[in-house]
Amino acid sequence: MSSIEQQAKGKKEGDIRYLTPLNIETSKVKKYCMFQKSGIKYVDYKDADFLMRFINEQGKILPRRLTGTSLKYQRKVAVAVKRARHIALMPYVADLLK
Amino acid sequence: MNHYETVFILNPVLSEDQIKETVKKYEDILVSKGAKMISKENWGLKKLAYAIQHKKSGFYHLFEFTIDGEALNDLEIEFRRDERIMRYLTVALDKHAIAWAEKRRNRNKKTA
Repeated sequence: MSSIEQQAKGKKEGDIRYLTPLNIETSKVKKYCMFQKSGIKYVDYKDADFLMRFINEQGKILPRRLTGTSLKYQRKVAVAVKRARHIALMPYVADLLK
Repeated sequence: MNHYETVFILNPVLSEDQIKETVKKYEDILVSKGAKMISKENWGLKKLAYAIQHKKSGFYHLFEFTIDGEALNDLEIEFRRDERIMRYLTVALDKHAIAWAEKRRNRNKKTA
């Protein structure tokens, strides 16, 4: 058990502590919104091949945090994917799509 | 008058004449309701991403037109009553969408 002193400092017994910060690889390439970058104003639901970039293997819409899309266009992408699903250009549920 | 576009999927068991007749029927409905047809597209027989009414494919057609919003109710009622129509989707187009639709039309014209 850790002593009261140690608990007050916020560290537990068995915690590994480093003198120098760990060198964790972080990606230097910043994500960007491809719609803003390439000036696309309208997300077309008829273009299923293009919308494939924004869904995963199961056909789920990927989150913004992975694709880097801005909020404004993420909403449009989501609507476009849902429309494409309705007219059977994209699946609602799938397996091994990519 | 607003700008709209409609995609509908026809039953794949129909013959070519029946398809033409059906497409003509909806065009006539639209025109009789005061619509101005801007473009018609025939995507042909396409594979569906999932089965609808146990069918794996369907004939896709796309209409682009301007019409008063209320008249769309009559069109959609007709779509629902018609057994030949497996699925339909009507979407209002904003200014960016209209620009995109025009660009798309020109591109299709070039390739065709």
